[in-house]
Amino acid sequence: MLLIDCPYCGAARPEIEFRHGGEAHVARPRDPSALDDAAWAEFLYFRANPKGLAAERWRHVAGCGRFFNAIRDTVSDRFVCTYPAGEPRPDVESASVGASA
Amino acid sequence: MPSVMTKPVARPRGPLDGRALPRGEDFRLAVSPAAGRILLRGDAAVAARASAAFGAPLPTRSGAVGARSDRAALWLGPDEWLLIAEGEAPAEIIAPLSAALADRAHSLVDVSQRQIGLDVVGPNAARALTAGCPLDLSLAAFPVGTATRTLLAKSEIVLWRRAPEHFRVEVWRSFADYVASYLSEAARRAPRAGGFA
Ligand SMILES: [Zn+2]
Repeated sequence: MLLIDCPYCGAARPEIEFRHGGEAHVARPRDPSALDDAAWAEFLYFRANPKGLAAERWRHVAGCGRFFNAIRDTVSDRFVCTYPAGEPRPDVESASVGASA
Repeated sequence: MPSVMTKPVARPRGPLDGRALPRGEDFRLAVSPAAGRILLRGDAAVAARASAAFGAPLPTRSGAVGARSDRAALWLGPDEWLLIAEGEAPAEIIAPLSAALADRAHSLVDVSQRQIGLDVVGPNAARALTAGCPLDLSLAAFPVGTATRTLLAKSEIVLWRRAPEHFRVEVWRSFADYVASYLSEAARRAPRAGGFA
């Protein structure tokens, strides 16, 4: 079973305790009524879906209950790192290129 | 709060009443004594004040338990604790906590009847739990005095190791029959006593 590091529990925990929560760092527009339909649809429905490193929200739902963020490689399913919600996306692009080579 | 109940904990019909539970040498299952159970959420300052009001220290380390006589505070999350006081009415726990926390943002929820405790005891206890729980329950990885929310097969539980061969499982009452059946069956199919290599 895949183990995922929960930044709040400070431990590697089994993946079935977690739920995927979609793309991370998607900020809700401050003034939705100022947006046209295309921009609103962009916020609601369009996601990056990269092949490679993706920043995602995860929730330790059957553990501490907290949402956090993770950088996961969508090709290998490897979790590169996890970090508390609210922190900026860490710069791990270069590390990953080295790791996957 | 207008009037605080001083009666002992009411004991409504339990989900496992009348049910024969395993009572073998290697594996025993028993419904835990009635208890007041409170979920407290708040920040570190709330935890510090609540420790004094509750009478057992609220731990700040993940997975830790602060226990004193028949009271225990289980760390469930960075701002969430399960407070268990055996044989006490929830109102008796809530009243002093409410008073101590009155001027700080917090939430206190009485979950005494939402869940029941199951004591899982014996040299086969860890083996039976491991049949449905994905955690490493060896003594090194999950020592005495550790508690966490986790899964047992399809049910969410809180698992607390009280002694090397004694676990407390806190489970929502509608899952109690499922969990008791699952553990009984797991113990029956793995009758060999012993822990982990
Ligand atoms: Zn966690």
